[in-house]
Amino acid sequence: MSAHNDAMNTTNPEHAEHHILGPGTYTTIYVTLLILTGITVGAAFIPMGVLNPIVALAIASVKAVVVMLWFMHVKYQSRLIKMTVGAGFFTFFVLIMMTMSDYISRAWGQW
Amino acid sequence: MANAIATAHEHDAHHAHDEHVVLPQHLHHFETEEQQREAGTFGMWLFLLTEIMFFGGMFFAYLLYRNWYNPAFVAASNQLSVKLGAINTAILITSGYAMALGVYAAEVRKKQMLVWTLIATTIFGFAFLGVKTVEYKEKFEKHHVPGASFDVKEFVNPAAFGLKEEPLAPDMAQKTQIFFVLYFAMTGMHALHMIIGLALLFWLIYRANRGDFSSGYVAPIENFGLYWHFVDIVWIFLFPLLYLINKHVG
Amino acid sequence: MMSAPINNNTIVNIPDQRTAKMPKRNYINNEHGLLSWLFTADHKRIAILYLISITFFFFIGGAFAGLIRLELLTPQPDLVASDTYNKFFTMHGIVMIFLFLVPSVPATLGNFFIPIMIGAKDLAFPKINLLSWYLYMAGGTFTLAALVLGGVDTGWTFTTPLSTHYLNTHVITAATAIFIAGFSSIFTGLNFIVTIHRMRAPGMTWFRMPLFVWSNYAASILMVLGTPVLAIAIVLVALERTIGIGVFDPTKGGDPLLFQHLFWFYSHPAVYIMILPGMGVISEVISTFSRKRVFGYTAVAFSSVAIALFGFFVWAHHMFIMGVSNYSALVFSLLTMLVAVPSAIKIFNWAFTLQKGSITFETPMLYAFAFIGLFTIGGLTGVFLGSLGMDIHLTETYFIVAHFHYVMVGGMLMAFLAGVHFWWPKMTGRMYPESLSKLSALTSFIGFNITFLPQFILGYLGMPRRYHAYPAEYQVLNVLSTAGATVLGVGFTLPMLYLAWSLKYGAIAGNNPWQATGLEWQIQSPPLTENFTETPIMDHEAYDYEWLENKTAHEVTTVG
Ligand code: HEM
Ligand SMILES: [Cu+2]
Repeated sequence: MSAHNDAMNTTNPEHAEHHILGPGTYTTIYVTLLILTGITVGAAFIPMGVLNPIVALAIASVKAVVVMLWFMHVKYQSRLIKMTVGAGFFTFFVLIMMTMSDYISRAWGQW
Repeated sequence: MANAIATAHEHDAHHAHDEHVVLPQHLHHFETEEQQREAGTFGMWLFLLTEIMFFGGMFFAYLLYRNWYNPAFVAASNQLSVKLGAINTAILITSGYAMALGVYAAEVRKKQMLVWTLIATTIFGFAFLGVKTVEYKEKFEKHHVPGASFDVKEFVNPAAFGLKEEPLAPDMAQKTQIFFVLYFAMTGMHALHMIIGLALLFWLIYRANRGDFSSGYVAPIENFGLYWHFVDIVWIFLFPLLYLINKHVG
Repeated sequence: MMSAPINNNTIVNIPDQRTAKMPKRNYINNEHGLLSWLFTADHKRIAILYLISITFFFFIGGAFAGLIRLELLTPQPDLVASDTYNKFFTMHGIVMIFLFLVPSVPATLGNFFIPIMIGAKDLAFPKINLLSWYLYMAGGTFTLAALVLGGVDTGWTFTTPLSTHYLNTHVITAATAIFIAGFSSIFTGLNFIVTIHRMRAPGMTWFRMPLFVWSNYAASILMVLGTPVLAIAIVLVALERTIGIGVFDPTKGGDPLLFQHLFWFYSHPAVYIMILPGMGVISEVISTFSRKRVFGYTAVAFSSVAIALFGFFVWAHHMFIMGVSNYSALVFSLLTMLVAVPSAIKIFNWAFTLQKGSITFETPMLYAFAFIGLFTIGGLTGVFLGSLGMDIHLTETYFIVAHFHYVMVGGMLMAFLAGVHFWWPKMTGRMYPESLSKLSALTSFIGFNITFLPQFILGYLGMPRRYHAYPAEYQVLNVLSTAGATVLGVGFTLPMLYLAWSLKYGAIAGNNPWQATGLEWQIQSPPLTENFTETPIMDHEAYDYEWLENKTAHEVTTVG
C-alpha cells in the first residue's frame, strides 16, 4: 500500500508530525493552572468595578488556552486542527455578537 | 496512471488488503494507520466543536440575564461557596493533569503508569462530583432550587438570615431564580458530561489493564483525553462566572 | 465526438441487453439476510437504509399535506377541528423538515457517493455512520409516538411561550424526537468532514473534487456547528415545560425571544443544510448532460462555503415582527441580501455551463431544469421577504409558505429526485423506464406550479398561514392549489412505483450509462463492497470529458 502513500503529502497537507510531551511539561502546566486559579479567586475579592468580570474572564481564557495548547496538544497539531478550534470559537462569537446586537440596540443607553 | 482507476485484477478483490501489514487496531478502510489516527483526532475535535456550541447557547443565556438582572445575580452568586468551588476547580485540574500523564504513559507504552493515571483521573472525577453533590444538597435545603419550592426570602430580607447583603426589591429578588436555573442547567450539564466520561474511564481502565494500549495504539486514550480536558475548560469558565461574580461587595 | 455509439438525442449508452449481465459480486449480494443490513458498516448499505426510511417518512409527511389541502378546499372549517388542523401542519412540518429534507441528499446520495467520488473505501467512521441511522430511526419513532399519542400543535418552529405554556399536547415527545434526529445529522456531518479532509485518494486535491462533494462539505459544516444550538434550545423548552425553569418565561424574567434567537440560529443555516447538497446534485447533472465542465468551477465551489458562512449571519430575518430592535433588523435585512449573492453565482454558472453545451434531456436533466427555475423563484421571493418593509406585509401569510415550498420542494425535492434518477443505475445496476420517468418529472413540475403559484397571490392578498378557515373570496385560488397538490402527489408516487419495478425489470445499466466523468462511474454498477479493487489515483480535473474519451475500454471493468 505504501506505493500510494505519497511522501510529498499532496493529498493531506493538513498532516502534522506527531509530538510527545513529557511529564515535565505537564507538571509545569498543572502548576500554572493552579496558580491561575488562585489568582482568579484573589482578584475576585479586590474591588475593580467593571474590570472584575473582565479580569475573571481574561484569566479563565488564559487557562483555557493553556489547557488547549498543551494538555490538548493543539500547539503541536496540524493547521487543520488549529483552524477547527478557531472555527468553533468564531461561531460561538457570531452567536453572541449578533444576538447581542439585537438586545443592546433594543435599549440603547441601558447597557 | 489513469488506468489505475477501478482496474480489476486477477486476484479476488477480497484479498486486496492482505498486502499490507495489518495491526489489530488498523481498520481496513484507512490507507495507513497514521491516516486513521489523524482522522480520529480530527473527528474528536469536530465533536468538541458541537459541544462548544451546545454549551454556547447556555453561556449566551447567562450573558444576557446577567446583564439584565445584575443585582439578583450578585446576591444569588454570593450564596455559593467560593471555597468549595475553588477546591473543586483544583480537583478537576488535578484530574486533567492525571489524564495528561495518562496520554504520555500510553505514548511511551508504560502499561502500569497508564492504568494508575487513569485510576487517578477517575478518583478525582468522583471527588469533583462528590463536592458537587454536597453543594446541590445545600441548595435544596435552602429552597434555592428553581421550581415550585423556590423561595426568595433570603434575598428580600437578608438581615433576618444574618447575611450582610443589600436587600433586593421583590421583583428583582424573583430574578435570582434565573441565576439558579442557569447554575443548575450549566453545572448539571457539565456534571452529566463528567458522568459519561467516568463511565468511559472504567472501560478504558479495563482495556488498559488488558494491555490494549501498550503497543503504540494510543488513539482512544488520546481522544478521551481531549474530551476530558474539554470538560475541564467548561468548568474553568463556569467557576468565575457562577461563583466569583461580586465577592468584594459582600 | 464521442467514441461510444450514441445519437444526438441521448447520451445514454448501456450494454447490449442480450449479453449484458449484472456483476457477480457487489455490495448488495455480498452478504444476505436482514441482519446483514441492520448491522452493516458499509456506507452504501447504510445509504440504502436511509433511502428506504426517508421515503417512508416522506409519504407520511405527504399524507398530512394531503389532509391540509383537503381541509383548505372549502372556506369553512368542515373536515377537521382547528386543533386537529394545527396538529396536521405541525406533523407535516416536523416530518418533512427533520426527517426528510435535512437527511435527504446527504444521508442517502452523499453517504453512498462521497467516499466513492473521492476514491475512498468508506467513510472515516463506518460505525458512527450506522449509529446515525439508528439515531435517525429513534427520532422517527419518537415523532410517530407523538403522532399516535395524540399529536403536537406547536408548528415545526416550537414557538415559545406557546410551546412551553399554552399547549397541552405531546411537545416533549416531539422535542425528544428532534433532539435525537439532530444528533443523527451532527454525526453525518462530522463523518463527511473528516472523510473529505482525510480520506481523499492520491491526486484528489480539493479542486479536483466533484462539486457534489464541496456542497456536502459546506452543508456538513452547518450541521456540526448549527445543530447543537437547536439541541440546547429544545432541551430548554422541555425543561421549561416540565419544571418551569423560566428562561423563556417573561413572568419569571425570561425572554421568549431568546428561544427565537437560538432556534433560528440553527434553522436559518438549516435551510442551507437542506439546499446545499441539492445544489451539488444539480452541478453533477448539468455538467453530465451538457457534456461540459461546470463553468466557473472554483466560484461554484467557494460559493458553497460562502453560503455556509453567510448563513450564520442572517437568522433574525425570521424575527422581524417579533420585537427585535429596529436597528438590528436593518442590519439583518442587509445581510440577508448578501446571502443571496452566492446562490445567484451558482445559478449564473449553471446557465453558462449550459451555454453551447451538447444538451440532452434525460430525466435527471429535466429535474435539474425544474430546480433552476423553481429555486430562482424561491430565492428571489426570499429576497422580498428579507427586505424589511416587504416582510411586514408578507410575513405569516401564504407568501412565505409559497416561498419556502419553492425552495424546499421546487428546489430540494427536485434535486433529490434528479440525484436519485441520476445515480439509480449506479446504486442498483439497472435503468429506470425513461419515458415514464420523463412523464412523471413533467407531472411534478406542472403540479408543483399549480399548487404553489396561487399561494404567492393568496399571501400577497393577505391570507394568513396556519388557519383552517378563510374568507370565501380566496376559494378559487385554494381550489386550484388543492387540485395542483393532487397532480403533484401523482408526480411523486410514480417514481416510487417505477423505481421499485426497475429493480427487477429495468435494463442492465452497465458501468457508465451517462458517460459521466466522476470516479463513481468508472467502477462497476452496483459497486463492490470495497468500492475499488485498488486505490485509484486521480490525475485529471473533475468533469474532464476528454479524459473520459481517451480512456481505453479495458480500464472500466467489473469483477466476476
Ligand atoms: C436564497 C436566499 C433566501 C432568502 C433571502 C430567504 C429569505 C427568507 C426570509 C426573509 C424568510 C422569513 C420570512 C418571514 O418569516 O417573514 C424566509 C422564510 C423561510 N425560508 Fe427562506 N430564504 C432563502 C432561501 C431559502 C432556502 C434555500 C430554504 C430551504 C431550503 C428556505 C426556507 C425557508 C423556510 C422554511 C422559511 C419559513 C420558516 C417559517 O416556518 O417561518 N429559504 N426565507
Ligand atoms: Cu432564513
